[in-house]
Amino acid sequence: MHIIETKNLTKKYGKEVLAVDNLNLEVKEGEIFGLLGPNGAGKTTTLMMLTTLRPPTSGTAKINGFDIIKEPHKVRKSIGIVFQDPSSDEILTGYENLKLHGLLYDMPKELMEKRISEVLKLVDLEKRKNDVVKKYSGGMRRRLELARGLMHRPKILFMDEPTLGLDPQSREHIWKYIEKLAKENKMTIIITTHYMDEADKLCDRLAIIDAGKIVVLNSPKELKKELGGDVIKIKTKKLNANALKKLKYVKKIQKSGGEYCLTVKDASTHLQEILKGTGKIDSVEIHSPTLDDVFLHYTGKAIREDSPEGGWAQKAMNMKTKK
Amino acid sequence: MGELKGIYALWYREFKVFQREKSRVIASIISPILWFLVIGGGIGSFVSLNGLNYQAFIFPGVLMQAALFSSVFFGVYIVWDKKIDFLKEVLVAPLSRTSIFIGKILGGATDTLIQIVILLAVGYAFTASGMLIGLNFSLFSVLLSMAILFIAIVGLVSIGLIIGSQMESPEGFQLIMSFLVFPLFFLSGALFPINNLPAWMAPIVFVNPVTYAVDGLRWALLGSSTFPLILDIAVISVFSIIMVGIGTYAFKKMKL
Repeated sequence: MHIIETKNLTKKYGKEVLAVDNLNLEVKEGEIFGLLGPNGAGKTTTLMMLTTLRPPTSGTAKINGFDIIKEPHKVRKSIGIVFQDPSSDEILTGYENLKLHGLLYDMPKELMEKRISEVLKLVDLEKRKNDVVKKYSGGMRRRLELARGLMHRPKILFMDEPTLGLDPQSREHIWKYIEKLAKENKMTIIITTHYMDEADKLCDRLAIIDAGKIVVLNSPKELKKELGGDVIKIKTKKLNANALKKLKYVKKIQKSGGEYCLTVKDASTHLQEILKGTGKIDSVEIHSPTLDDVFLHYTGKAIREDSPEGGWAQKAMNMKTKK
Repeated sequence: MGELKGIYALWYREFKVFQREKSRVIASIISPILWFLVIGGGIGSFVSLNGLNYQAFIFPGVLMQAALFSSVFFGVYIVWDKKIDFLKEVLVAPLSRTSIFIGKILGGATDTLIQIVILLAVGYAFTASGMLIGLNFSLFSVLLSMAILFIAIVGLVSIGLIIGSQMESPEGFQLIMSFLVFPLFFLSGALFPINNLPAWMAPIVFVNPVTYAVDGLRWALLGSSTFPLILDIAVISVFSIIMVGIGTYAFKKMKL
């Protein structure tokens, strides 16, 4: 039995928008599983359905053996979630928000206090724990959100863009902690992320989703290998694509922004021949494939790290002016 | 155990918010105090009802006003929890929808009863200093008033939660004020006796549950009422039970 199994999970908004389209997915226990996709691909909607917050239009899923539609209460007992949007109460202090969480999840008092100190330390908010959240910056709120989600150690933890907007150092800390949790507690972790380095480093397996469907699913290593070559990025106004297509070691040509991305077998040996065919170019770059290339290959879109869906930072800013 | 702790958690949150948002408390008790002082004092200077001072007569009505406004709006405020996404955190927790509803009601009842205690203290101060005659303050009358108000508050917070759970944004606040809260207040006998009403008004007043709460408060604080106390308590109890029922259902169906 898999810890998460979805069967034709589908969500429609209105009649037109198919946010999640017959999703079939199996996640193994203790695995860190990534959901990657461009904006509006249906990642957050999928998480909302799996965590029982939104009912599917059709299909269903089993979490820890419980049906999300028929046994939502049992599902909720098995899971935890770090939301993409800030969901702590800004009139309460950081500490109070965490305490509230501990109470809601029926944590024994001593364990709760121990975990609160532990997660506050992790996200570096110990000194600010007695300030009301209203006085926190956007990044601090984000960290509090994360701390809260990590507090009660569920069997399955969902994280929607967990390290969005955090500085590299904090992200390192969080990654280590997540990896430790998965290993030591056999916790299953589902993350959605815009950061390819994060997905590459953390995920045992990942699924790239586009338009509500899984485009490809594998381990990061295999995905990169499957591209079948290295990546040559060429910057030029106009590329003679027809000439390049005749070369049999050129697997794929894609345009992204002002750049052309070529997937080429043994790129370093064939570079000269390729450049002969391209005509005049501005610059060229050659590298072994990264997840960014995998993503572009399957979705035809480059991922934009700076524009997450929902506009988290924007929302955090708005919060301050409300009320 | 988990459910009880969860209810406590929600209550704890509401109480902390109440403690910090002093302006909310002050705003909601200043208006009843003004009604009591200005309308009660002003109209009372030339009107008395069967020998009873008007200011004393409307005191139970003023308590009801505070309870009504504060509890309905407490409930509607859940739309804010939705907006700041706090509600997600609560709804994804392993807690039954009924417990969440109860936690909210207890939070609202606590907030409202604290305001009621302040108003009772004002009434008592007036009575003790001899500025107001006619109110009967005893441990029994105070506890009975609180009990009647508690029952009514449970139903009124539920109404607010029902409306708030269906609302998408806080923009409709003003409408609720005009179409629900004011009519419930004005058509309850909080400000006038209900035994000689115009024919069009009497039926509305008699189906308004708030009428019975006010009547019960008059029995407790003035020693006289239009209906028997037992009827007053029965009507508001039935009202509150129905509202809790509908509210729990609305919570289960709530969309995020």
